[in-house]
Amino acid sequence: MAYRHIIGRQTHVFEDLRELMAKATPARSGDRLAGLAAGSAEEAVAARMALAELPLSTFLAEALVPYEADEVTRLILDSHDRAAFAPVASLTVGDFRDWLLSDEATTSALARLAPGITPEMAAAVCKIMRLQDLIAVARKCRVVTRFRNTIGLPGTMAVRLQPNHPSDDPRGILASMCEGLAFGCGDAVIGINPVSDNLAVLGDLLKLLDELITRLEIPTQGCVLTHVTSSIELIGRGAPVDLVFQSVAGTEAANRSFGIDLAVLREGHEAGRSLKRGTLGANLMYFETGQGSALSAEAHHGVDQQTLEARAYAVCRAFDPLLVNTVVGFIGPEYLYDGKQITRAGLEDHFCGKLMGLPMGCDVCYTNHAEADQDDMDALLTLLGAAGVTYVMGVPGADDVMLNYQSTSFHDQLYIRDLLGLKRAPEFEAWLAAHGLTEADGRLAAKPGEGRLLASLAELAA
Amino acid sequence: MSEPDLWRRLAQSTPARLRLGRSGAGLPTRETLRFSLAHAQARDAVHASLDADGLERGLAALGLATVRVSSRAAGRDSYLLRPDLGRTLADAGRERLTGSGAGPVDLALIVADGLSARAVTAHAAKVVAALLPPVRQAGWRIGPVAIAEQARVALGDEIGALLQARLALVLIGERPGLSSPDSLGLYLTYAPRPGRSDGERNCISNIHAAGLSHDQAAAGALWLIRAAFARQMTGVALKDESGATPAIAEPGRG
Repeated sequence: MAYRHIIGRQTHVFEDLRELMAKATPARSGDRLAGLAAGSAEEAVAARMALAELPLSTFLAEALVPYEADEVTRLILDSHDRAAFAPVASLTVGDFRDWLLSDEATTSALARLAPGITPEMAAAVCKIMRLQDLIAVARKCRVVTRFRNTIGLPGTMAVRLQPNHPSDDPRGILASMCEGLAFGCGDAVIGINPVSDNLAVLGDLLKLLDELITRLEIPTQGCVLTHVTSSIELIGRGAPVDLVFQSVAGTEAANRSFGIDLAVLREGHEAGRSLKRGTLGANLMYFETGQGSALSAEAHHGVDQQTLEARAYAVCRAFDPLLVNTVVGFIGPEYLYDGKQITRAGLEDHFCGKLMGLPMGCDVCYTNHAEADQDDMDALLTLLGAAGVTYVMGVPGADDVMLNYQSTSFHDQLYIRDLLGLKRAPEFEAWLAAHGLTEADGRLAAKPGEGRLLASLAELAA
Repeated sequence: MSEPDLWRRLAQSTPARLRLGRSGAGLPTRETLRFSLAHAQARDAVHASLDADGLERGLAALGLATVRVSSRAAGRDSYLLRPDLGRTLADAGRERLTGSGAGPVDLALIVADGLSARAVTAHAAKVVAALLPPVRQAGWRIGPVAIAEQARVALGDEIGALLQARLALVLIGERPGLSSPDSLGLYLTYAPRPGRSDGERNCISNIHAAGLSHDQAAAGALWLIRAAFARQMTGVALKDESGATPAIAEPGRG
């Protein structure tokens, strides 16, 4: 059905819900590339005004990606929790924004609501929210997950230690891990992006992580970010897999282009659970997402990239993940052109993920072919810190020498901790203090007691 | 081994930016400026254009014919904002390929500028040189090497299809990193044709001085080509089980 909005003498007509959603989306190059963007600034606002009048329940009746053709749509609609949705069932998208900002939307009310919110609802309200709205509401959401430590407690922010190496050299990876730990990074996960798909290489990296974590008794988890089918194979061969990783997208066709479907994710989840390696909890899936991936795979069904990104969170949500992060600026300028677009997308993704009940982190990042620089990253990191982001990345010197992009550094996470008083996962914080790496207040020790750490590493490196 | 020795040895095993020091939580001045310089150089690498003549000479020296093609992206800005254009051949190149009468071939070799023409200049001919002896020994027919400008990986699908290739091997400049503005990637696609998805390819990336060597890349590619021909597929279902050990970085090599 068509949607209309009249401004002065001009009637803006939107042929269907997909067009309305796409044209209501704040400007980004990916939607323009797909031919979905509003034709004028006024048309974009008209679309937002029409969207604000739309009942939220519309999204339960009208699928943006056809139910018959897409298993992600089926997952969203078949698993929708109507009881959880009830408190907002009669609201329009605009009313929903007002409610989210109100004192009625407490932390506990938002937690109860999460299973009732579909990705399309989150995306719709997001499109009519300003950055301050996205920050204020996300900050009220709380999602706590556990494997070997507790992630997401109020007043904390975790960091994924990302010690990548351009040829998977274990000693080079160990060097980055050691310095990252000395900077107090690694409570979210120590996660290596391998260059190689070779199962023997991946197995060796898993053993390295396992030895480090076991020998130093670090209350954290390791992950080699390889394809879920490789993790399943490695688990079958007895490799020590803590977290099962996969990149996911918001349509069945885009996921197929990643070589996955819901069934293989289920298989990966089961394989991970069978090892029972978590000591505090059983959240063990680690997902990465990012706006634009569905269009990149030509699997977008005429839907805008922000809505499709939120749909990827429905995929994540089905597997009780420990960690989910958008890799917001990695995809490149054809999808997110510059610092302004990356900033908005990062806050949108964080908001939508949190509203849907996910432990949402963000890889605050950019590539060298985007119109962005360190100033943009400082701004986004600061905004996400204020929004209560679950975790960010810790990359030596912000320069990922394997993936060839810039993320947040060991230094950057210190900056935001100092600025906002953010603590680490409590078990990890205690471990750092016990090893003399931090003072009692959690700040890095002026003369860190790296001695014991190094002695153990020497044996590992030998 | 003393602790400082261990630190030094470990830190020498990676090009990662370690031991930068701190000014409060921030970077010391010299490091923040050094970072700005690296970013400026990487930005410049993105916008550099391919030395196709030099590449042609390098490949001719290996006894290889070449054919020059370009995508439908008219320039860098168009290339950056319109990946769809970068995946489609411009008419002139398409005609040259169909007119070459080269197909069918076993292996279509495509050298593409991608996001770093510098990477192609530095490494492409050398990787091809390392790959050629075993390819010739295997008796695989390769046809002319396509030199593709303003090209994305998927442009190899169309080129491979026009050459009626069993497999397309694309050597392409990867997005420039701060520490590696000249990193080359290899993409293998069995039965190439327009519309292939990324899940149907295998990739070997990070071929540069501090990453994979030319020989390592060629050996990896050869293993994957053999496996792809044997199993008639590439992609996520084709796992690299060549038993290769992880490469130890030796800065300056390459």
